Amino acid sequence: MTEMENPTATSTSDDLDPAQGLTGETLTLHVFKGEPGETGTEQAYEVPGVTGMVVLDAIHYIQRNLDTDLACRWNCKAAKCGSCSAEINGKPALLCKTRVDELPAGPITVRPLKAFPLVKDLVTDVSRNFEVNKEIPPFTPAKDDGKPWRVAQRDISRLREHRMCIECFLCQDVCHVLRDHDHSKRFYGPRFMVRVASLEMHPKDTLDRIDLTRKAGGMGYCNITKCCTEVCPEHIHITDNAIIPLKERYADRHWDPLRWVGRKLKGDGSKQAEGSK
Amino acid sequence: MNEPYTTHECDVLVVGAGGAGMRAAVAAAEAGCSTLVVSKSLLGKAHTVMAEGGVSAALGNLDGEDDWETHFADTMLGGQLVNNWRMVDLYARDVIDRVYELERWGGIFDRTDDGRIMQRPFGAHSWKRLCYVGDRTGLELIRTCQDKLVHTPGVDVHMEYTLTRLLKDGDRVCGAIGYRRNDGRFVAIKAGAVVLATGGWGRMFRHTSNSWEGTGDGAALAYNAGADLLDMEFMQFHPTGMMWPPGVRGLLVTEAVRGEGGILKNSDGRRFMLDYDAKKMELSSRDVVARSIYKEVKAGRGSPHGGAFLDIASVHDAVYIKSKLPSMYEQFHALAAVDITQEPMEVGPTIHYTMGGVRVEAETAATTVPGLYAAGEVAGGLHGANRLGGNSLGDILVFGRCAGIAAAEFAKSNGVRRNVSETEIAEEQRSMLAYLDDDGVKPVENPYLVHVDLQKAMQDDAGIGRSEESLTRALNAIGELRLRAARARVGGGRVLNPGWHTCRDLENMFVISEAIVRSALSRRESRGSQWRFDFENKDETLGQVNFAVRRDGEGMKVVGVPLELMPPEAVKRLAKSRFYDAATMPSYYRDAAPATSEAGA
Repeated sequence: MTEMENPTATSTSDDLDPAQGLTGETLTLHVFKGEPGETGTEQAYEVPGVTGMVVLDAIHYIQRNLDTDLACRWNCKAAKCGSCSAEINGKPALLCKTRVDELPAGPITVRPLKAFPLVKDLVTDVSRNFEVNKEIPPFTPAKDDGKPWRVAQRDISRLREHRMCIECFLCQDVCHVLRDHDHSKRFYGPRFMVRVASLEMHPKDTLDRIDLTRKAGGMGYCNITKCCTEVCPEHIHITDNAIIPLKERYADRHWDPLRWVGRKLKGDGSKQAEGSK
Repeated sequence: MNEPYTTHECDVLVVGAGGAGMRAAVAAAEAGCSTLVVSKSLLGKAHTVMAEGGVSAALGNLDGEDDWETHFADTMLGGQLVNNWRMVDLYARDVIDRVYELERWGGIFDRTDDGRIMQRPFGAHSWKRLCYVGDRTGLELIRTCQDKLVHTPGVDVHMEYTLTRLLKDGDRVCGAIGYRRNDGRFVAIKAGAVVLATGGWGRMFRHTSNSWEGTGDGAALAYNAGADLLDMEFMQFHPTGMMWPPGVRGLLVTEAVRGEGGILKNSDGRRFMLDYDAKKMELSSRDVVARSIYKEVKAGRGSPHGGAFLDIASVHDAVYIKSKLPSMYEQFHALAAVDITQEPMEVGPTIHYTMGGVRVEAETAATTVPGLYAAGEVAGGLHGANRLGGNSLGDILVFGRCAGIAAAEFAKSNGVRRNVSETEIAEEQRSMLAYLDDDGVKPVENPYLVHVDLQKAMQDDAGIGRSEESLTRALNAIGELRLRAARARVGGGRVLNPGWHTCRDLENMFVISEAIVRSALSRRESRGSQWRFDFENKDETLGQVNFAVRRDGEGMKVVGVPLELMPPEAVKRLAKSRFYDAATMPSYYRDAAPATSEAGA
């Protein structure tokens, strides 16, 4: 290889001028602060505006300069890990993906997810989601010769949408079954409908989770308001491509009159009635 | 007097829940060990999720010429021949099985027309070798491992724990202590063996693709327990991080953009890789591409915000780009208001990966301390002086598994020690709680601002290019910042107090920063990611040495560890790489080295 001559500078500072990017505006944020058992308050903070700033940048500014104790979960800051979920101006969103210049003028309100128990400030206890995941039987392929699989790209393309989920749980937060009716013990929630759909639609999976999803999973609670789809930062069509197909499979199996007759004639055998896989 | 603490007991403790930790835990549990996984974040959020391009394995699905030996050769050459060759050997063979295993755990990959796993080209790989699903392979890997993990009997997971010290019984590691982030309470974990799978460290640099977690906890834990840290000077600058707006500076732009044909241009519109590596062009190794962009910028041919232009829009149509690079499309669209199907991206080098890490034995991932294992990015040796893209997702699967198996073996034959030192626990608690004390120390320091100053020192003086002068400056800065950090005090309580956590994280970052700087000072040559302005060439003598840092009382010493040279049959294999060049072979390999590349090229 022919590298060009090296610069001889001894300092390699590649920093931008700190003033670059400052918009000259001052933003006001009202951020919830509190712990369980307290009323909690919305604390006002003033933050200098920077071009392209996201709400998480503002929260970091607050932590660094105004309130070192302000709690907030975050990891990748690139909308890929789903850690920094909160409610911005009342709407469930990722802090790292919400640009302040896309919000209406005036103070920005940031509060924790409402559907989950508060830990502190913007952080909530989302452990219920991990328990639900344990309840769903995992991917189970058939025993075979162990040779590499052949799978069609169209099957993968369909699964890719479901597998995009970053588990931010915004869909769980916005879902009225979980948020307003507190049915977290009775309904898996949209995220896990997506999870079940990804397993059920995997061409190499052999299990059947449809009845479980209806009974323990409470699929029937979903009345297709599509709020989950609206808040999904990965633009997964949760309702159309996960929940409705699962509901259809259940309906086909149990409520299709022809199949009902078939079952009566052959004797009941829910496995025979399947045929949807 | 001790603060109250909770005690857990297990055969194998796995620290970290990225791909390496989860793969290790599955292996340990399957070997019959009770296994406890602790993670600093929620499950499934670890940095593995950020890996985009794919996992490299010589399946040969698209290029039938590919095989594990060529993969071995590419990896050794990319690492500038200072890799642990036995790790590379094991890796290149085993990663094939690990990819197929992942598929059988439910992971999905894009497919070829005849239904086999699809593979894409990547920098410095001879053939199309990266198995992928769009540009979200890391997410796929972590979710697959996560589902496997939670459904594996014998595994327990504790999320949002930070461990601050390994406990020892004599020479042997017998557990760890730390705190629960969400309530600030202390924990002690007694274990038969400990696997560190804590990932890398980028947070001591200002422009990094790493999350807040990358503070080097695992390497610092190991170092403080007496383990060696190897190759710490080798920090990978990924050539393409986002440049603008300021809040996303350093955020990763996947190499898959170049793998899919993306072209780098300077402000004159010239495809400048022609001038640096006309053979591999944009798909040269990461160290070369990163330096090339840096030099273009320094020569006044940079983009408006100090980077280069990466153009995929003029290479492929919008439908193709959105299907192959969906996350990149979304990332630029949402965060930079740039439509990558229409306009170029502005990119520049960002701290991305740590080749160095805890010194391990190739086959077992055992560190130099009995009972302590390390796998994945926290371990050193596989990647040498520069890592090839796609070799990290494979690394975590291959060596995660090795570590889990070996740790289980150790735990079973040596048992769990019941006694942990109350004095040590008390000492650790005291040092943690001091940061919350209103003890009148003056002037009180804000830990975040100390961190910012550390990042500045490391970025400016221990960054992409270094010299004796700049490194000495960095070392002095670290010393001063340590004194300031000792006076860090924060308000608030123990419940989820990020300021308090930052105080403790800083201690780790100082250890790691010092290790990086001291190792970089010792390596008086340029090799791979180590670019010394004052020693611009490779030095054959240093090519036979890895530098290890070791705790020496309260000080840190650097020792040169002689490299285990490749046997002749492994040297011969190097010629299978398309990028093999006999003229660049060091003299100590010249007898065994073939005269020409077998692959043509």
